[in-house]
Amino acid sequence: MKYLYALMLGLLLCGGVVGKEAAPLADDPKVEQRLIAISEELRCLVCQNESLAGSRADLAMDLRRELRTLIKQGKTDSEIREFMVSRYGDFVLYRPPVKPSTWLLWAGPFGLMVAGLVALFVYLRRRNTEVAAATGLTDEESKRAEALLQEGDK
Amino acid sequence: MNAKTLIPLVLFAVLAGFLAVGLGLDPREVPSPLVDKPAPAFKIAQLEPADAQFSPEDMKGKVWLFNVWASWCVACRQEHPVLMEFARAKVAPLIGLDYKDQRKDALGVLKRTGNPYDVIAFDADGRVGIDYGVYGVPESYVIDKAGVIRYKHIGPITMETMEKTIIPLIQKLQKS
Repeated sequence: MKYLYALMLGLLLCGGVVGKEAAPLADDPKVEQRLIAISEELRCLVCQNESLAGSRADLAMDLRRELRTLIKQGKTDSEIREFMVSRYGDFVLYRPPVKPSTWLLWAGPFGLMVAGLVALFVYLRRRNTEVAAATGLTDEESKRAEALLQEGDK
Repeated sequence: MNAKTLIPLVLFAVLAGFLAVGLGLDPREVPSPLVDKPAPAFKIAQLEPADAQFSPEDMKGKVWLFNVWASWCVACRQEHPVLMEFARAKVAPLIGLDYKDQRKDALGVLKRTGNPYDVIAFDADGRVGIDYGVYGVPESYVIDKAGVIRYKHIGPITMETMEKTIIPLIQKLQKS
């Protein structure tokens, strides 16, 4: 029993020796913050549905290392994006740039909405005239009918 | 049946057509912005001998095939016989870029399976790979006499691509 206590005490002390303070994740938190901000907007090419910030793929780690050096060199965000686009194309950007080849992409949904509104408008106008035609009343008659209905409400 | 009832059918056919085309596309094939741009410059050590260096500058005046590979890359093994055949035919110089590899492993693979490359540059930390926009080994580039990238192939080259696309392109570039 004595030995057991000694052993437990020993283990207890060991815990204190083994544990140490968590090492900081990056040497410069400011650089790391900018790195995350930029790389969240960039696609990892190996696992295409992950951002460069979140991916653990080898290439993503290498690219983060490159971006870290660029940030330390004092490059602006757009220069860093240009670094990526010149190598991997617009595909790495989660926000595609507006240019002739992406006009359809940017304007397409609005175009569809306008087309839908026009179709709705045309349909409603046509239905109005059809309803008016189906009742077979002249303008004067329908005014009288409305007046009568309002009287009935009182 | 009048024209109006056909509208949904036509819309469906158009949508199905788009989806069918989409299914046939490979999402891993990203158009490279490097095509028709000068090949990025670098000067790094060769795989063997390790004290020699390689730079794309050395290849000025020649049309060459630049192939990125690694000993750990499974798809590269699939491509290997095609490259061996290319080397045997002596169409153009074949330069390798051993990407993020260990010297020992790379030399072991070449010893076992044969070495199709004229020169192999050794890119230990993958920096050159990043400049060439490599994201999935193997990747291959056809580079012309002026040092401009004229074609990029992602993934293993098949016999068919080699014979129908790459070799004719190289021969055309050699004549110009």
